[in-house]
Parts: sequence; structure tokens; C-alpha cells
Amino acid sequence: MSDWMTWVALFGLAGISVLTRSFFMIGEKPLPIPDWLRELLKVAPLAALVAVVAPEIFMTQGQLITTWQDARWPAAVVATGYFFWRRDILGTIVSGMVVMLTLRLGLGW
Amino acid sequence: MSLSDRLRTLAADPDFRAGARDMASPSLGLAAWGLVTGVTMVKSGLSIPLACGMSLLVFAGSAQLTALPLIASGAPLWVLLATAFCVNLRFVIFSAQWRAYWAHLPRGRRLLNGYLSADLNFVYFVKRYPDAVPQPGQQRYFWGGVAVNWPTWQVASFTGILLADRIPPHWGIGFAGVLALLGLSYALLTEKMLWWVAITAGAVSIATYSLPLKLNILCAIVAAGAVGWWLDTRKARA
Repeated sequence: MSDWMTWVALFGLAGISVLTRSFFMIGEKPLPIPDWLRELLKVAPLAALVAVVAPEIFMTQGQLITTWQDARWPAAVVATGYFFWRRDILGTIVSGMVVMLTLRLGLGW
Repeated sequence: MSLSDRLRTLAADPDFRAGARDMASPSLGLAAWGLVTGVTMVKSGLSIPLACGMSLLVFAGSAQLTALPLIASGAPLWVLLATAFCVNLRFVIFSAQWRAYWAHLPRGRRLLNGYLSADLNFVYFVKRYPDAVPQPGQQRYFWGGVAVNWPTWQVASFTGILLADRIPPHWGIGFAGVLALLGLSYALLTEKMLWWVAITAGAVSIATYSLPLKLNILCAIVAAGAVGWWLDTRKARA
């Protein structure tokens, strides 16, 4: 794709960002929200977060991990433990990364 | 009141500061993601100006990452835009909720707020204001979050763009972003029913991972919604 076309594409993608993130706010009149959508909204944030996280911990190259010698799930376990002990996101990240890097760089997992 | 006075008042406002503070805790993870996105943009062939432009214009990590191979292979524009739309479908769902808070604002402001609302903005906002009604302080809280979220993302992305050749990919720095989201998920588990919702979402996301366009995320949200609805009706009947 030529540079010029790529810039056109980028502006188009920016438009998609605006469109999708403001979709139900674009019109002046409210669209009625059926009960099932209301329930969906209640669980959507949690579900979206877990949906992104789960494959990143338990999958490699589109498949479930086949060996337990993977640095990510122990890192996730330690991070989980830290979170329920201290309830602090920064510490959760740091503790998990320490474990992950130690296993990956130290043991080659 | 001059602009600088207005900004100073805003910065001192308790709701604004709460928004900024809440957004600060996942910032390290957010920055890690931004960094990885910046590196990936350059590694997939975008020039530095184009990568910077993509980061500033699109401001959507998963859409950016999904679009990169399509741009590199010269896919038709409509395919690119349709793909990005599908990847961003969860934001369409979120916007139905955002509407409840911002419906009284003029359209331009609604679109601006929407554009700046990434995942973290939505999650933290809904956590603080679970009732779908406008309330005083909400806009200031929202802008506090944006004031931390947007610059963190952009600075991290730009750093990744400029340092792309220096960061070894096998270190897996992006995992810090995953840990941030994990912590945030745990923070949202406020009732027992939600644990089942989370487990369902994770399982379905993994099971449908081979679907194109990140549709596994949408499937996970729908499945989780069904489980949540079923558990709520069971509880109501008991």
C-alpha cells in the first residue's frame, strides 16, 4: 500500500474508532435497550477483559499450551495471589512480571 | 475565567483527581501494551511518521494490531475498515451504556467522549457509577481518566516506535499488559455469580479463538451474558 493510500486508510480507521465507540450515542433519539442487552451490559466489561486475558495466558500460536513449562501461568498464579493479598494493580503487574521474566530468561520456559 | 484558570480548577477537582488516580494503577500495564503496539507497528513495515500517525489517529490497540497485516498486504480499504469495525464491536456494546451518562450532551461532545473511551475508561467509569444515570462529577471523573490514559498510551507507543529495534521480543514485555487486565478483572469480581461469568468468558474465548476478526471476544461476551442472565433468573426464582 502506498504511503498516500495508507494515510487514507488511517483516517478511515480513525473514523471507525469514533463510529464504534459512539455507536449508540450518535442519534438524538434513544434506541430502546431490551432486557437481554441490559444484562449483557452488566457483564460486558468483566467478560471482555477475561476474553482478552485467557488466550494470552493459556494459548500459544492459536493452540492451548501443551507443556506446563510455560512462564505465563505461574506468573498469573503469583499475580493472582498478590492481588487477593494486597488488592493493588501495580504490585500485581510487578510480581507477575518478576516471576515471568525469571522463568523465561532464567529457565528458558 | 481564562483557560489556564479553568484547567487549574479542573486539576484540583476531587472527581477529576479520582478519575486520574484510578487510571494510574493500571498505567504500567497500559504502557507495556502501548510499547508493544509501537514496536509491532514499525516491525510490520510502517514508517515512523505513519506509525506515529496511526497511534494518534486510531487510538485502539487491538484494531491497530489487526489492521497491520492487512495494510502490509495491500488489502482493499473496505476490508480493512470492516475488519476494524468487527474487532471494535465490544465498544459498540459499551456505547449503549455510555449513552445513559452522556445523552444530555451535544452530539459533538458525545462523539468526542466516545472516541476517547478505551476499555479501561469504560471499566473504571462503570465501576464508580454503576447506575446508568447522569450524575454531577461524572464528566470530570471521565476527563481525569482520559488525562492519564491517553498520554500514557501515546507516550508508550511513541517510545516503542522509536526503540523498535532495541527491544528483544522474546522478553514478552506485553505480558505486563495482560497482568494489568487480570488484576482489573479480579477487581470487578464483586459477587459470586460473576465468577461463573468470568470462567465462561475465558473458556469460550479460548474455545472460539480460531474465529477471525477477534470474534472470540464477542462470543465470550455473549456467552457470559447468557450465563449471567440464567444465574440471575435462578436467583430471582429461588
